[in-house]
Amino acid sequence: MLLIMNGFEKDNLLEQEEAMLKEISEEITRFGCERKNLIPILQMVQGRHAYLDAKVVEMVADYLDLAVCEVYGVATFYNQFRFHPPGKHHIKVCLGTACHVRGGSIILENFERKLEIKDGETTPDREFSIERVACVGCCALAPVAVVGEDVHGKVAPSKVEGLILGFQIEKEKRAREEGQKDG
Amino acid sequence: MDENSQVSRVASAYAAIREQAKKSRAELLKEVVPRIHVGLATCGIASGALETKQAFEETLFQRGVEARIHTMGCIGHCYAEPVVIISNPGFPPIFYQNVTPGKAKMLVRSFLEKGDPLFEHLLGATEENEMIPQVWDFPRFSQEKRIVMEKCGIVDPENVDDYIAGGGYQALAKALDMDRDAIVEWITSAGLRGRGGAGFPTGLKWDLAKKASGSSKTIICNADEGDPGAYMDRTILESNPHQVIEGIAICAYAVGAAEAIVYVRAEYPLAVKMVTEAIVQAKKRGFLGKEILGSSLDLEIDIFQGSGAFVCGEETALIRSIEGHRGMPEHRPPFPVEKGLGGKPTVINNVKTLASIPPIVEHGPDWYRKIGTEKSPGTAIFSVVGDVLHAGLVEIPMGVPLRSLIFDICGGVPNKKAFKAVQIGGPSGGCLPADFLDTPIDFDSLISAGAMMGSGGMVVMDEDACMVDVARYFLEFTQNESCGKCTFCRIGTQHLLNILERITKGEGREGDLEQLESLSRDIKAGSLCGLGKTAPNPVLTSLKYFRDEYEAHIHEKRCPAGMCRSLTAFYIDLEKCARGCDACVGCCPVEAIFTTKNRKKGVDQTLCVKCGECVQACPPEYNAVVRVSPPELAPIIERAE
Repeated sequence: MLLIMNGFEKDNLLEQEEAMLKEISEEITRFGCERKNLIPILQMVQGRHAYLDAKVVEMVADYLDLAVCEVYGVATFYNQFRFHPPGKHHIKVCLGTACHVRGGSIILENFERKLEIKDGETTPDREFSIERVACVGCCALAPVAVVGEDVHGKVAPSKVEGLILGFQIEKEKRAREEGQKDG
Repeated sequence: MDENSQVSRVASAYAAIREQAKKSRAELLKEVVPRIHVGLATCGIASGALETKQAFEETLFQRGVEARIHTMGCIGHCYAEPVVIISNPGFPPIFYQNVTPGKAKMLVRSFLEKGDPLFEHLLGATEENEMIPQVWDFPRFSQEKRIVMEKCGIVDPENVDDYIAGGGYQALAKALDMDRDAIVEWITSAGLRGRGGAGFPTGLKWDLAKKASGSSKTIICNADEGDPGAYMDRTILESNPHQVIEGIAICAYAVGAAEAIVYVRAEYPLAVKMVTEAIVQAKKRGFLGKEILGSSLDLEIDIFQGSGAFVCGEETALIRSIEGHRGMPEHRPPFPVEKGLGGKPTVINNVKTLASIPPIVEHGPDWYRKIGTEKSPGTAIFSVVGDVLHAGLVEIPMGVPLRSLIFDICGGVPNKKAFKAVQIGGPSGGCLPADFLDTPIDFDSLISAGAMMGSGGMVVMDEDACMVDVARYFLEFTQNESCGKCTFCRIGTQHLLNILERITKGEGREGDLEQLESLSRDIKAGSLCGLGKTAPNPVLTSLKYFRDEYEAHIHEKRCPAGMCRSLTAFYIDLEKCARGCDACVGCCPVEAIFTTKNRKKGVDQTLCVKCGECVQACPPEYNAVVRVSPPELAPIIERAE
């Protein structure tokens, strides 16, 4: 049963990837082939698919007539670009100066401990991922964590547990509802 | 004759647009209903302003109360977010702070329905009246001098008419009637210095660009705010983007450019959205595009989203990144004003610099000269954060001493703790101790104290902050952001960081401090751009002013502030601990707290991660959790059998 599920999921992921590549190959033609469009193109791709897939990087390099390593050179230089799919709930922990002084690293550690992943990683179920960022610009609310689009200010270790627990309850609820539907 | 006919054409074109804007504003303000202004910039949203706005909407609907909700930007009072200003007919506009959804409901029921303004929740009135004290009498308001942020939080950033009706774009109309040389001359004699950090005279930059040969020139508005602790550029773009656009247009006219780029960080999605919208609206009103206001000026503004590299604050690196390369700085000269983007003359100005232009053109250089000091005229914006009561953005005239900024305007250090240091200028700046509190704030006196204006980030630290750890933090940042071009910056910062990390872990050695100093000097001398040249500043200033702290770390393996976690421990004072109280147990994220045989609590030092949650959780009447450094001072407490 499990094997069949995995096979099915794998097909599903492959399908998703193909659809993504097709979509990007269409979108990319909105841009000119000049080098100056490299960063806007990468931003467009990440904006749509949340990360830069290796195949996409190749496609972009091909389109702009650049070496693949050149594209990687630029993409890895900037903090914005990611090369692995983030989790459903992407957690950004701010470690700007104000957040650092107010214990931002303790918050980061708490997320890491609770989710059992490190900064830059995604949980195996692709539910959560953690990223440390330099400053989200809400210094008066330090320490700050951004989950998805929501900014949480004045985060304490106990609030970290609450946040994650909230998502887990939500997930279980969803699973139950789906189970009821199937049943 | 020809010149004269153009003069009247620009002025009359502007007058017609302003009349139209006033009319549409008047149309909007015609009905006499209460108006609720909610601040919806990033910081407001983070504190829950969207929920507050929703609560207002729901309660108004449920109770059948008629009122209009307006959104505005940020007024810089971040400590008070979510901020709401209510103008109820019969009352002056009243400023409410920390308006939670519950408070919002209460305000509708009491103030809007029954006319009780809830004195216990208001901060003050924003207009003169006989009923309620004015906010302008509070030092946080009265000692500020707002030029750049004058309209932030007052105009609706999504409605260009609001800006125009209040006199916006008037300076552009005036500038278009002036001679180009005269504008550059005005900016020069106003003494405006670039607000990006280095303080280069803006007039000189414009003059060089104006004289540069080449027909197509570009203006770049630098909003790549990378300093982890400064957010005024974001606030200005989110709250009043048109003032920046107006400044760009004046600059374009003065130097003869037809293209402009706003380089804004992609991490600021709301700012990107606001600027994009503002450009569209400005174009609709004829302030951008072809033959602006009937003059000879053509200007198009594009947006480029910066992908997050601190080094791109450096002009040449920023240009490289727009061209689609890694953002690595290049040798200067040639300076960008001669050979910049695509090899063409390029003026790069900071958001605050460009936003200062319209007021200078409007009121003249002499007016601007009167504000601030002789060598640094005008105002400075600081984001005062950290251990300070009224954190937020503060715009003050240059030359105000640090003490008045931190203690009078921002309310000083909270929780009865002592002031220890202030970090000015982010990763390029330095930490100044209490002895420097009477230093006037301007470009030159900060540099002579070892710090710098930088981007205006100011982090206040109380007695609990460890200066070695702060220096380590900044080095970690600059090391990470070093582009890798210059050897001393690339490898030298890594060495500095390694030494600092060792010291904060209690593994410091004799000779470390001397090595830190000599390495810092070499990095400063051997780096091409501002990042490397200033990266050692946090280390050098903290070594200069807080050397005893470094020595305590190295010789006594002790962190005087109790911040460095390898050198501290928490224990529970059994004399003070209350029998049977479990407050700390539930909050501990690693279950390090156990019960002793007389039903008091102890901390398992092998499990403890030193997060300090138990200190917060312990009820103040017991206050039993103690932090000690070095960790050997913690007594051994036995578990119950």
